[in-house]
Amino acid sequence: MNIQDMILTLQNHWSNQGCLLMQAYDTEKGAGTMSPMTLLRSLGPEPWNVAYVEPSRRPADGRYGQNPNRLYQHHQFQVIMKPSPDNIQELYLDSLRALGIDPSQHDIRFVEDNWENPTLGAAGLGWEVWLDGMEITQFTYFQQIGGLEARPVSAEITYGLERLASYIQDKENVFELEWTSGVTVGDIFMQPEYEHSIYTFEESDETMLFNLFSTYEKEAERIMEKGLVFPAYDYVLKCSHTFNLLDAKGVISVTERTGYISRVRNLARKIAKTYVEERERLGFPMLAKEVENHE
Amino acid sequence: MSKTVLFELGVEELPARFIDDALQQLELKTETWFREQRIPYGEVKGFATPRRLAVQISDVAEKQPDIEEEAKGPAKKIALDENGEWTKAAVGFSKGQGKDVEDIYFKEVKGTEYVHVSKFIQGEETKELLQDFRSVFLSITFSKNMRWGSYDLRYARPIRWMVALFGEEIIPFTIENVTTDRITYGHRFLGDKASLRSAEIYEEVLNDEYVISNVTKRKNAIREQLLTLEENKGWKLIIDEELLTEVTHLVEYPTVFFGAYNEEFLELPEEALITSMKEHQRYFPVRSQEGALLPYFVGVRNGDDKHLDTVSRGNEKVLKARLKDAQFFYEEDQKGTIDQKLEKLSRMVYQVELGTLADKVKRIRAITGKISEWLNLNDLEKQQAERAAEICKFDLVTQMVDEFTELQGVMGEKYARLFGEEEAVARAINEHYMPRQANGALPSSTIGSIVSIADKLDTIVGSISIGIIPTGSQDPYGLRRQALGVLQTLQSQQWNIPVEKLIDLVHQFYRELNLPTRTEEEVHQDLHEFFKLRAAYLLREKGIDPDIVEATLTNGVQNFAATIEKAKLLVDKRQDPTFKYVHEALGRVLNLAKKADAVEAKPKYFENDSEVRLYEAFKLVHPEYVQAMQEDSPSQALEKLSELASPIHDFFDGTMVMAEDEKVRNNRLGLLSQIAADIKEFADLNAIEWKQQF
Repeated sequence: MNIQDMILTLQNHWSNQGCLLMQAYDTEKGAGTMSPMTLLRSLGPEPWNVAYVEPSRRPADGRYGQNPNRLYQHHQFQVIMKPSPDNIQELYLDSLRALGIDPSQHDIRFVEDNWENPTLGAAGLGWEVWLDGMEITQFTYFQQIGGLEARPVSAEITYGLERLASYIQDKENVFELEWTSGVTVGDIFMQPEYEHSIYTFEESDETMLFNLFSTYEKEAERIMEKGLVFPAYDYVLKCSHTFNLLDAKGVISVTERTGYISRVRNLARKIAKTYVEERERLGFPMLAKEVENHE
Repeated sequence: MSKTVLFELGVEELPARFIDDALQQLELKTETWFREQRIPYGEVKGFATPRRLAVQISDVAEKQPDIEEEAKGPAKKIALDENGEWTKAAVGFSKGQGKDVEDIYFKEVKGTEYVHVSKFIQGEETKELLQDFRSVFLSITFSKNMRWGSYDLRYARPIRWMVALFGEEIIPFTIENVTTDRITYGHRFLGDKASLRSAEIYEEVLNDEYVISNVTKRKNAIREQLLTLEENKGWKLIIDEELLTEVTHLVEYPTVFFGAYNEEFLELPEEALITSMKEHQRYFPVRSQEGALLPYFVGVRNGDDKHLDTVSRGNEKVLKARLKDAQFFYEEDQKGTIDQKLEKLSRMVYQVELGTLADKVKRIRAITGKISEWLNLNDLEKQQAERAAEICKFDLVTQMVDEFTELQGVMGEKYARLFGEEEAVARAINEHYMPRQANGALPSSTIGSIVSIADKLDTIVGSISIGIIPTGSQDPYGLRRQALGVLQTLQSQQWNIPVEKLIDLVHQFYRELNLPTRTEEEVHQDLHEFFKLRAAYLLREKGIDPDIVEATLTNGVQNFAATIEKAKLLVDKRQDPTFKYVHEALGRVLNLAKKADAVEAKPKYFENDSEVRLYEAFKLVHPEYVQAMQEDSPSQALEKLSELASPIHDFFDGTMVMAEDEKVRNNRLGLLSQIAADIKEFADLNAIEWKQQF
């Protein structure tokens, strides 16, 4: 099964479980969790079920397209279900069956793995899911987001698409994976991988990046004061990516590093709090909708 | 008629590390619950897999036994008025006991007659009482809990089903949205859900559904399969018990499989290969009969032996990717020079308040230099110690250690050799992390020991300076283990360096750093107390009684090797009937000296022979005692003090210490306090319970 078909299959499966199908969010980010579709929506009492593909940038993992396993940018298929349904594990295993993986012919295990993202004040408990020894999914019950307790609890399922594809297609080099019939990952992503690595490690303009970080941070602060949660959060994402670029370049010293992380965390906390307040002010509309649907 | 009881809690996969402890809690709490409920029962048997915790109790009585209980009321003269009628007190008592005055009888207690009634308490139905068992499930504690869905409960993982049976009957109770039933669930992929007709058949029914619920049986099944494979292949497997336990708790139905990896990876350091296999993939590494690592691994699958090839091929692929990474790291790490790597340490935080790793290394070098001086090392050794201290942390910037933290030091040693460092230096890099766990191997070389002590002291003093002090079970930085390591290393090297001198040296460096630490006095006191407690712990571990431990540590830890010898000596002396004469003499001196200022005694104020003789004896013994202490020979020192026993006894027999004349009195007290100072320096003999045990 090629990656395109995997995406279609997963979308179909989760759509049938009542998930909204969203598109990737248009700001650079390190993981699908950071999309507002997850990070903000998993806050507060409103139900939320969503699935989307998220291209995730990890500048420090760039390898000029030379490493068969590491990428500047990989793809995650992200599912959020809030509150987590009682049969969420079964729903997940059904998605593997849909991808043609018959659990009885493999060794599938849920191995303890607790997730924490201090920058976002977020933490959860769960597992990494092993398929014949390979970690293919991160499965997490959110306990805390932006420093706030997650209630009700969301289940987050994050498939590493390239990983999973390398198993399904039995390929050892990520660039040889078939995106769709006749087109490989290498065809599409080799050039950007190479160029982004050059940019990240050699060509990026540190002075400009430092300036951008401060500018984005100030703007986030400013518009948050006005209660504009989503635009403010976009600037937090920009801060985070800018920080990752600086960090990958190796120009952030120890003391600065801790400082930067706590600056982003403080912003994330404020936004989380403001988001819940804004939703409350609006009367938690998705909650009302749920009641309506049940009537 | 008795019946079997079964409780099963079905959960989403529990963390493997929780399971043994949770099962033990469940078994203990079950016994306690049945005892408290006064329900007679036979045997408690626990079961646990990643997806369930269960307990089966045999021969459970159908009801609590009835009991006959006697209640004592007021005295007879209060219970009856002058007319022989029941008083209000008597009526009130009988009513309060649910009885009538007619049920009252009298019984004598200590010569007085009291009102009594006899009460019959009917035992309750077990079936009813068992509904409270949910409290047992809820009382199990885990080191990490979570919430799920919209529920309030916090537990290790979500609860998905419960079985509760008394014989064939369901015992109803509910936890959140889950209500008890007779339905259990088999293996996720091979088994099915199954209805339990009765509590006894639990284990068999689950067996049919591909779940080995008994932990020991499951573990033994894996062990047997491993041994069979070992024999068939002529291999030697590295079967680590901790890994075996973990793997046991990752599967419900184990099947052992093996896979291979490319021989080229055998060029990697063995430790890196083993860590990749064990820590990351939970495989058992394979050796030949001769002990050489072979390019195979053995894993345990959660399932049967069908399609085992697929599983094995998948695992091979994963391991290959991991080893390729390791190989890449190994090659990359060998590029450049050690000094280039050292530069990066200034960019790595050690502790926010305590600076970077480069700062830490600077301190380790300074401490190492001082210790080398104190030990009178020769120039070559001094140079090697200095170099070892300088590069002891360089491997922390290598990619291999970044990936496999547990290989810190191990890789440092290997890389240092490849970079052409001297053997003693390379070895010290690895040894300076020792002991790696409580009672682990100690550094064996001189230089390894010095750097190990320097590093640990720096960590301890630094942490305590900024207020990180272990309390109760909280010791996240392992400071206790490290302090024990320092003491054990000092002992094993037989170094004559007082612990307090080391602590003060390192504390001095911190003072010069002007860190935002706590006050000097607080830190000083905490450090001395911290090491004293560790030393006391080690002495107790050697079987030395608490009173002798206290007596020996009265002046601090000092030279730990000598302190141990001293404590052992005192243990022997307590058993020695002839020592009574000595400790009584020395003890009396200590007692009286409490009242005195330590002024030097002057011969001109002596009035009798016995005090002159004691004075002269002390003049003779004192320098010899001081020398023995300096040479760290406690037995010699005590022997010298013992020589004073006879003159001391004579002194007390022939002298009134508290003489009328103040000058004479103070002179006598002065003499005693001089002697007491020597005794106290040895040990506080009066802290010892001298009642001899023969």
